Amino acid sequence: MSEARTLDATLPVHGQGRIGTPWWGMLCLIATEGILFAYLIFAYAYLGSQGAGDWPPGGAPALKLALPATVLLVGSSFVLEWGKRAARAGRLAHSRWAVGITLLMGAAFAALEFREWTNKPFSLSSDSYGSIYFLLTGTHLAHVVIGLIGLAVMFAWGLAGKLGQGHEQHRALITLYWHFVDVVWLFVFVTVYLSPRLT
Amino acid sequence: MATIASDLPRDGVVADRGTLAPASPNPPDLAARLEDIWKETPGVRGWFSTVDHKVIGIRYMITAFVFLLVGGLEALTMRVQLAQPDARVLTPEQYNQLFSMHGVTMIFLYALPMLSGFSNYLWPLLLGSRDMAFPRLNALSYWLFLAAGVFLYISFPLGAAPDGGWFDYVPNAGREYSPGPNIDVYALGLIFLGISTTVGSANFVVTLLRMRAPGLSINRLPIIVWGTLTASVANLFAVPAVSLACLMLWLDRNYGTNFFHVQGGGQPLLWQHLFWMFGHPWVYAIVLPAMGLVSDALPVHCRRPLVGYTPVAMGTVFTMVIGFGVWLHHMFASGIPVLALSFFSAASFIITIPSAIAVFAWIATIHTGRVKFTVPFLYFAGFVLLFVMGGVSGILTASLALDWQLTDTYFVVAHLHYVLLGINVFPVIGAIYHWFPKMTGRMLPERLGRWTFATMFIGFNLAFFPMHWLGLTGMPRRVWTYGAQMGWGTANLIVSIGAFLFALGFVLFLLNLWQGLRRGAIAGPNPWDAPTLEWSMSSPPPLYNYAVIPIVASRHPLWEDRLDEVGDRTTFDRGFLLDNGKETLGVSPLDGEPAVILKMPQDSLLPVSLAIALLVLFCALLVHQALLAGIALLALLVVLVMWFQPHPSPIESERVRMYE
Repeated sequence: MSEARTLDATLPVHGQGRIGTPWWGMLCLIATEGILFAYLIFAYAYLGSQGAGDWPPGGAPALKLALPATVLLVGSSFVLEWGKRAARAGRLAHSRWAVGITLLMGAAFAALEFREWTNKPFSLSSDSYGSIYFLLTGTHLAHVVIGLIGLAVMFAWGLAGKLGQGHEQHRALITLYWHFVDVVWLFVFVTVYLSPRLT
Repeated sequence: MATIASDLPRDGVVADRGTLAPASPNPPDLAARLEDIWKETPGVRGWFSTVDHKVIGIRYMITAFVFLLVGGLEALTMRVQLAQPDARVLTPEQYNQLFSMHGVTMIFLYALPMLSGFSNYLWPLLLGSRDMAFPRLNALSYWLFLAAGVFLYISFPLGAAPDGGWFDYVPNAGREYSPGPNIDVYALGLIFLGISTTVGSANFVVTLLRMRAPGLSINRLPIIVWGTLTASVANLFAVPAVSLACLMLWLDRNYGTNFFHVQGGGQPLLWQHLFWMFGHPWVYAIVLPAMGLVSDALPVHCRRPLVGYTPVAMGTVFTMVIGFGVWLHHMFASGIPVLALSFFSAASFIITIPSAIAVFAWIATIHTGRVKFTVPFLYFAGFVLLFVMGGVSGILTASLALDWQLTDTYFVVAHLHYVLLGINVFPVIGAIYHWFPKMTGRMLPERLGRWTFATMFIGFNLAFFPMHWLGLTGMPRRVWTYGAQMGWGTANLIVSIGAFLFALGFVLFLLNLWQGLRRGAIAGPNPWDAPTLEWSMSSPPPLYNYAVIPIVASRHPLWEDRLDEVGDRTTFDRGFLLDNGKETLGVSPLDGEPAVILKMPQDSLLPVSLAIALLVLFCALLVHQALLAGIALLALLVVLVMWFQPHPSPIESERVRMYE
């Protein structure tokens, strides 16, 4: 006769990192968002290659603001990753600091990007370059802002003591998403700023 | 391979099916305990908050079926207009809206959601799990689908529905030629629906990776799982293309951007590229799971395993891989260089190979099996015939030279209806007959079922076969009327009669469903004597699916003894019990080893709230209400923060509960 038994063996509940399901859900989100940027870059290249006239119309955009912004954004990824690992080692305060610094660095990136936008002599509606420039960088900026909101919520939860050591999954997911936002920026950066300099 | 020694009587069902015990044990004490753990809030609140995959699956199917009927009524209205030359039943504007909404409804609101419904219902049962990986996301994808469907119809009563066809080419769809709200509804509606498709697809992918019973390795997965998995991965990669195209179109129309305006340096062809980069994989996404339904259900009625499991499974994946490389064959007539066209023409020929493999596998299954002429079998056999006919007309249009003659004629209309109805609607109706007993516990009466099939099959062919001829004689698609001197009157009248006969088939089908629900014979756990896991439990299944998670040892767990398979047997009566709260088993993605205990969420109002917030947001965008959009965004944020709320006391690990 069969019966229910409790074994001595245990299994992790939910599991952290790769053995948890949310990790794979985030990978699906990253896959679909990543391909969205691929289509955006395709549209940029299509409009540039099929149209008559110069592309970009006023020559390659300046690197004065974009380069420091890139350094800030990519740097913030390292800070956040360090914070995640600190939390895993039990140093929750360090982790909160890392989230705070990442927030500031990400906000600085957004501010520089916004500054660059206001300096542009063209607008969303002036020509196809303006349209795709703002759509491509704007889609990226929207992803940065979503990441910043997520980090801000994490920061608030951290201060309220709601995030303990057992909440590694929360930190892992936001870190993974933030890495994605940063890596995808490199593709946007190469497309918008570097590719016009190659010709 | 041997066929199954059949103990079925002539009507194809097990005689004492009502009294048989299910293979998967469900002792009363455990059942009571699990029932208590898994029960959801009753009443109206529970109606909105359920996260049960079976409830969601059936909802998906019913909603999609309602959209099928709506799209069908639109088609019938058009057929009244086209039944004779120079008719004036509809105005050209009304006709444009009807054929556009017919296409949008059938392709976006019926075809995939219906299959998602089947997969939602069947996947956890087939995989030996208690639910999908993300139950709340599952509810969300349903509510978003419903909300997006409502949104796409929001301007229909005002006579301002989308009117640019289902692929909505610019510049016709631009502000200059379509100043009303029609196309804005289309553009925003497809972005909205895309969110539903994306979250649903992600859920399927993760469910496959994590939610299998121990031992269910990938070479043992039912073909429907292969089909839906392939479609889901493809959707993740394809949907962003159409969402982006629609966003660009909406910006062009509302904020003066220049993605498609030639005057501003834009490229109208960019729309076609982005649309078909999405559109062609989508066509496969709405047929591959349906082909999977047939690959799993047809062999049951042929009393043998599917011939060529591995080539059929691989062919499913292969079709989709090539499916991403054929989008240009929708654009043969758009002036693209011949070299590119030749490449895409060749790819379009190649893609017929895996489909042909599947067709031969089904024919061989029928030929070498001991066929029971049940209603599902009739639908599946009819499907094979229609698939071949649609496939042959497809091969013709893959040829550049022929396509230049046939494009935008009724030949293409005939082809796409043979393919989409043949490969989607017929398998789906057959699958409803096949799985209705599992879902409701009752059989669908066979006699009316046969009449239903005969009416549908004859009506369908009468409606769509003459369209080939109409196309060859040059009748263009999407024309509101035609002159008597063209000589198309008789054929069009036959088509219209066929359409109404086909519709009568659906009336009979609804009657049949009603009959089955009211007084169908009690089905029992396994009325068809089928081999797969979903038939190992009572019909309808308990809330928690499996009291004891099975350990799977083969592709046909319930036929192992009769197939004389060597090696281990699937174990039902011993295994993981997991009754320490609402929980199920998660396995490692590749080898399917038990890895974690997954606590499943309770029923929740968050999904429906999120869907409502998004519906408000999209309505606000449609009418340019910035304040309202802001409020909706804020609501969205609040819901998401609650969704991801950290658990106050997370548990590291738990001792395993077994039943043995």
